[in-house]
Amino acid sequence: MSILVNKDTKVLVQGLTGKTGTFHTEQALAYFGTKMVGGIHPKKGGESWSSGVDGTSLPIFASVAEAKERTGADASVIYVPPAGAAEAIIEAIEAEIPFIVCITEGIPVMDMVRVKAKLDKSKSRLLGPNCPGILTPEECKIGIMPGSIFRKGSVGIVSRSGTLTYEAVFQTSNEGLGQTTAVGIGGDPVKGTEFIDVLEMFLADEATTSIIMIGEIGGSAEEDAAQFLIDEAKKGRKKPMAGFIAGRTAPKGRTMGHAGAVVSGGKGDAESKIAAMESAGIKVSPSPARLGKTLVEVLKG
Amino acid sequence: MNIHEYQAKALLKSYGAPVAEGVAILKADEAEAAAKSLPGPLYVVKSQIHAGGRGKGKFKELPPEAKGGVRLAKSVEEVVSNVKDMLGNTLVTAQTGEAGKQVNRLYIEDGADIDRELYCSLLVDRSIGRVAFVVSTEGGMDIEAVAHDTPEKILTIGIDPEAGVTAADVQKISGALKLDGAAAEDAKSLFPILYKAFNEKDMSLLEINPLIVMKNGHLRVLDAKVSFDGNALFRHDDVRALRDETEEDTKEIEASKWDLAYVALDGNIGCMVNGAGLAMATMDIIKLYGKEPANFCDVGGGAGKEKVAAAFKIITADPKVEGILVNIFGGIMRCDVIAEGVIAAVKEVGLKVPLVVRLEGTNVELGKKILNESGLAITAADDLDDAAKKIVAAING
Repeated sequence: MSILVNKDTKVLVQGLTGKTGTFHTEQALAYFGTKMVGGIHPKKGGESWSSGVDGTSLPIFASVAEAKERTGADASVIYVPPAGAAEAIIEAIEAEIPFIVCITEGIPVMDMVRVKAKLDKSKSRLLGPNCPGILTPEECKIGIMPGSIFRKGSVGIVSRSGTLTYEAVFQTSNEGLGQTTAVGIGGDPVKGTEFIDVLEMFLADEATTSIIMIGEIGGSAEEDAAQFLIDEAKKGRKKPMAGFIAGRTAPKGRTMGHAGAVVSGGKGDAESKIAAMESAGIKVSPSPARLGKTLVEVLKG
Repeated sequence: MNIHEYQAKALLKSYGAPVAEGVAILKADEAEAAAKSLPGPLYVVKSQIHAGGRGKGKFKELPPEAKGGVRLAKSVEEVVSNVKDMLGNTLVTAQTGEAGKQVNRLYIEDGADIDRELYCSLLVDRSIGRVAFVVSTEGGMDIEAVAHDTPEKILTIGIDPEAGVTAADVQKISGALKLDGAAAEDAKSLFPILYKAFNEKDMSLLEINPLIVMKNGHLRVLDAKVSFDGNALFRHDDVRALRDETEEDTKEIEASKWDLAYVALDGNIGCMVNGAGLAMATMDIIKLYGKEPANFCDVGGGAGKEKVAAAFKIITADPKVEGILVNIFGGIMRCDVIAEGVIAAVKEVGLKVPLVVRLEGTNVELGKKILNESGLAITAADDLDDAAKKIVAAING
């Protein structure tokens, strides 16, 4: 089992014809034949795209709505540059794509405020933006995670940081645990999917027997997630968890690369997040290099 | 991107917000004419630097009993003498660090008769994904202290992006600020104006501290701090024109030209990473092994060889750097591109300090092969822990 995506998920690509979209679509096709079903380009509808790796050809549609109708797609991944990315997400929402994954980094925050208002009234789920995507090992790769480090297994991974997601994946593979699904929720302040949404799905997924959660400074999403886990544990829903918080040593008031990673107004610092996570029973690793080992210790009891 | 107070006020004034008359000056001999153009008899001379706490700040070059970075003047002559005292000197405030900031611009403003000082800011509240007003009756002081000591005195009011600031929103904000009479009337236009400016100019923070109720009952924006969303600058030529590069770290400016995220820190290890989370984690782990990073440069995703080379050069240009750690876990970023960029930069500027490289992820084998065949003195590391240990060991000699 897995969450959100599996071998049957049919995926569209918005921004397929660009360099980034092309590279990662080739990688997705090469990853256990992820079901990529088409691309969208307003001026290239009717044309086709072909992979430079194995020659696989995909149809290009003029709009997301048309692409969905013709392919029955369940998901769309967005590689559109920042200035047009919000419009791309809105187009996917209006076409009622169930699962939208936006990889684009650097979207203006006010654009995401507009997107969020539309998203809240829709049936779509958005992952990201500014995220590495989602991957269910040996079934489906949406986004930019390197497929080679994954291994089918039992750990659910959720992270605000792209590259630290890979660390967790790599280390759990090396420990022989493997993953059910890895989800990168992204580092922007306004986004579609939060920790709580993903944790709820991992708690409900039978194949997921342990969870790694990676947060970072800024905001209060980790504290909210910890409270959620405490409440769920009272209802008897609980799984072994390890975690990490990046930015323990970050200077206050400085934005640390991610627009969302800033400690301000005495809120969002690493210590409060670590304390909240530990109170929810998550074993927090002091080093990002020991996530896998920390989880193994938790599992051994 | 931050701007100066006088720029923020001019911007808000263009939207119709009530601000005092004022003139910004760069030279002391402009002071007299500036003051004479204002109504008087009360003036305020304000240091224009990108840091808060100016009023309580101290000038390095002046005796400790000298007044701070914001001064009242009761005549044109007093304005002139204060300008001469302040301009060109270094102001140290709670936010500037010990080095302080040189005051190259002063803002001379018409004084106001203050009845009450309030706090009002707009920001994007990430918990609701909306712009929110944050208001308090406790204006004029450090809002973080208010948040800590009396959090019940701060109110947050989120705005529905599809409806904008409604009459009901204005009533809530005015109620929280206990506005009545002329001030309550002023509020009906002021709050929608602030929201409009925030939206149209893609601000990330608009802070008015204090917003004042004057003795005549009207509202006035007495201080204004505005930051803009760097991701939205591409669509605001007018905002980019307000940038004061003398306020920014020169390496951060160079990095921003390449669209690289560069953060200068206090240690001696230069770090090139991909991704903000990995940047922070790299910093955390270096500290765990007893050293501190001098900087980090995040090449992000999808950088080309030239951009990677530019990043490497920016890192090595910092004289504090005694060793370099390249820590890349490639997803969108390919390890071979990193390797080629590093080699190109080293060929151009040389390599005078130890270099530890840890590569993992997309095209990792190719990246490692390129580095191995380059003939450069590079220490390879297996994982993040190993990389941090090796660079710390190399520096400790």
